[in-house]
Amino acid sequence: MSETPAHRLPERDRPWMMRTYAGHSTAKASNELFRGNLAKGQTGLSIAFDLPTQTGYDPDHALAHGEVGKVGVPIPHKGEMHTLLDGIPLDDMNTSMTINATAAFLLSLYIVTAEDNGIDRAKLQGTTQNDIIKEFLARGTYAFPPGPSMRLIADMVAFTVTEVPKWNPINICSYHLQEAGATPVQEIAYAMSNAIAVLDAARERVPQEQMGTVFSRISFFVNAGVRFIEEHAKLRAMSILWEELGRERYGVMDPKHLRFRYGVQVNSLGLTEAQPENNVQRIVLEALAVTLGRNARARAVQLPAWNEALGLPRPWDQQWSLRIQQVLAYETDMLEYPDIFEGSVVMDGLVGEMLEGARAEMAIVAEHGGAVEAVPYMKAALVDSHRERWRRIEAGDQVVVGMNKFEETSPSPLVDEEGGIMTVDPAVEAQQRNAVQAWRAGRDQAAVDAALERLRAVALDESQNIMPASIEAARAGVTVGEWSQALRDAFGEYRGPTGVGEATAAEIGPDLEEVREEVARVGEALGRTVKILVGKPGLDGHSNGAEQIAVRARDVGMDVVYEGIRLTPQQIARSALDEGVHVIGLSILSGSHKELIPAVMEELKAAGVDVPVVVGGIIPEADVAPLKAVGVAGVYTPKDFDMNRIMRDIVGLVADRGGVPAPA
Amino acid sequence: MIETPSSTGRGAQLGARLRDRDLSAAPATLNLVESRTPADLRETADLLHELSPAKLGGEAPGHVIGVTGPPGAGKSTLLSALVRAWRERGRTVAVLAVDPSSKRSGGSLLGDRARIDFDPSDRGLFIRSTAAGERLGGLAPATRAAAQALAPAFDVVVIETVGVGQSETDVADVADTVAVIVQPGSGDALQFIKSGIMETPDVLVVTKADLGKIALSARRDLSAALRSLGARDTQVISVSSVPPPTGIDDLVDAFDAHRAALDLPVRRLAARRAAALADFAVEYGERGIRAVGGRRAALKLLGEQDPTLDVPALVATLEQKVPA
Repeated sequence: MSETPAHRLPERDRPWMMRTYAGHSTAKASNELFRGNLAKGQTGLSIAFDLPTQTGYDPDHALAHGEVGKVGVPIPHKGEMHTLLDGIPLDDMNTSMTINATAAFLLSLYIVTAEDNGIDRAKLQGTTQNDIIKEFLARGTYAFPPGPSMRLIADMVAFTVTEVPKWNPINICSYHLQEAGATPVQEIAYAMSNAIAVLDAARERVPQEQMGTVFSRISFFVNAGVRFIEEHAKLRAMSILWEELGRERYGVMDPKHLRFRYGVQVNSLGLTEAQPENNVQRIVLEALAVTLGRNARARAVQLPAWNEALGLPRPWDQQWSLRIQQVLAYETDMLEYPDIFEGSVVMDGLVGEMLEGARAEMAIVAEHGGAVEAVPYMKAALVDSHRERWRRIEAGDQVVVGMNKFEETSPSPLVDEEGGIMTVDPAVEAQQRNAVQAWRAGRDQAAVDAALERLRAVALDESQNIMPASIEAARAGVTVGEWSQALRDAFGEYRGPTGVGEATAAEIGPDLEEVREEVARVGEALGRTVKILVGKPGLDGHSNGAEQIAVRARDVGMDVVYEGIRLTPQQIARSALDEGVHVIGLSILSGSHKELIPAVMEELKAAGVDVPVVVGGIIPEADVAPLKAVGVAGVYTPKDFDMNRIMRDIVGLVADRGGVPAPA
Repeated sequence: MIETPSSTGRGAQLGARLRDRDLSAAPATLNLVESRTPADLRETADLLHELSPAKLGGEAPGHVIGVTGPPGAGKSTLLSALVRAWRERGRTVAVLAVDPSSKRSGGSLLGDRARIDFDPSDRGLFIRSTAAGERLGGLAPATRAAAQALAPAFDVVVIETVGVGQSETDVADVADTVAVIVQPGSGDALQFIKSGIMETPDVLVVTKADLGKIALSARRDLSAALRSLGARDTQVISVSSVPPPTGIDDLVDAFDAHRAALDLPVRRLAARRAAALADFAVEYGERGIRAVGGRRAALKLLGEQDPTLDVPALVATLEQKVPA
């Protein structure tokens, strides 16, 4: 038998697991979508839950209005979980659930559904995202304060390690950090610091001899941007740090336990609304970052769709992204070779730089007392990085093809009359509201009350694990809203830091100076500094855009009331009234603008607040006119990257409304 | 004929509504007192005149409480719990939150509102955030006027400011009761009190009582330091805003006790005189102060005026001394 040469593998590697982040409208519609995706060659499931499910509200809660079934599927109880997974072999499936604050309950629903189908929980494979620190930093779907949240995670780790041994109870997400503006070094450092916080908490709940197994069940969920060489180096650096951490901090010795395992969803931040077809090549290049080098190759990949900056992708758009993965894995030769970067001077140099930078940043987080304590510090650092990224794009220092350079374009045949996106039927919400009420009416209420009573008791007693009581509750028919309320009662409500207060002031360019002078002039004429309210109605926690607007408004000299996330229309109206603002800026990325913005406008009218309202976010072209028809003064979408122009518009609106004449 | 609104000015109308404890007048009142246009300044003077002790027939019934402390001490979380406690006792509350302004841009980020839980349908709670502007001492220019305007209408008016050092002095000039918030393990407050940079507060609040031992020893150290200064009247209260919150009711009681023991007319009169001098200084600068013979002479002059006068009226008496 001939020897395999060093530059070839004895046999071709198996492809990574291929998933598509999917789910919308109803459990039934999503089940059909899942089955379709599996038939197309997808090898794992990745469930997208809607925001009410993620934040622990039932479809009939006031805060759920406009959000039901929008960015994912509503799964309030075991009945819906059964429908969602109908006909899918759970003993054979590898399921990723993007669920965090309510992860313990959704895993409970998954376990109960499997057991109802006669499948042993020990056979279940997959992962719950369950990374709460990044929710505080970047994504905003937290429900409980940091301390109790970390305890829930530790409970799940301790529970699954023996009860659901093939389950990854958490994947540490650096993905959302990059979406929030993290540099590669920040992404590495904060992810590792975050992992340390989780492992330290878990260490108190499992015996030391189990730490190797626990360590091996922690996986990562990373991001990859279009600078794909650097991004690949980032992943190599992470695997080195991970092994080091296991050995040195947790005494893990088994090389199998020390392996750095990660799944990936490539970058959405860099996807553009302008000339959206260019996103396809961006996605391909980003996929290369996580597949090209064998030593740091992803275990599971999901790719965004080309039209994400326009709205929700359709099944065909998602298929296109799946096909990208399949072409890479099955048509190219990348799986036939050992690591192609081994011995590369460039790669080793980049990895070295990142290790050095990440170690320094990790030391700063450690000085703050660890990741939980350092959330405000990290949040402010991310807001700063994001601001710098934006500045570079505005200044043209960072080229984004089709957006700030090569802007000439022919009309795109891909964007059809419906805008080239999927829309969720507005009837879904009412239907889900009725469905959950019918579910509640049809249960054994005594069993539900008993389960909730026990859940509350366990929540208050830190020595107990939340999982058995949660599984019991799931089985009794408790809803995600009830489960979360029981825990909110025990743990208290929480609002995360905004990071905007500490953000560094922008550098003064001539453009900014000009806007600042205008803001000062209008303020002088009005008698008060121009005051703006910035906030996010609904449950969408992606606050990066709103934060950048808030910081820039301050930098041009406005007084900014930053209200943060998760606001009801009534709250926004009340704040606008009490604060006496001259203008309101709202941001929505979850697709719920059609319901929420008119509701805000109505509440403002009822409160007697007559000031201009501008809206930013992922707003399809077709929705702009209806928003203007209900009185919205301006709509900004991802293609409007010039924030000074937005500020100029805003101060112009304030001047008009206040009767301030244009400068002489 | 029906009297048209224009026959009395906006300021006087708002003043009359506040005197009738119409809380819905609060937003417009703040818009007015924050405005610097000459017309609005005149309206503000009318407003405050409507609410002077002479018009009210005594001091405004509301309790003006200054709450201050360094960033990160847990002020807003505490305030959130305090507001809830007051509302549960059926008291109406106005919160005036003062944030620092950026020196560079003149703009500001008023982030505290996001940290106070509130029910948007609750008409008994009013929250207004204001930037401190260029005024030293941590108080927004309009905050004194706002507190004076709202005290006749609300049961409690809270002025929240950031910082340790300068700002307390300013708050002490306008509030009936001053509370300084510190967190355990921070020696700063102690140092400031000892060195006399910070005036002795009426109530010292140690947050994060859930930290147990550290909080206890912080409370002991502060009590000892206050005793050594002879400040036996200052109450030290430990609170925790982490559920289940503790010490909040004690704090509410401590505020009530301080207010009950206070000679309110004396304190309010001193506050109005200090406010008048400060407002005068903003308008006329050091030159104006010299024209009235210096701060001491100015205060003496103010002290000779009718004690029921409102602040703008007091400012006017100083203005008469300035040569045209």
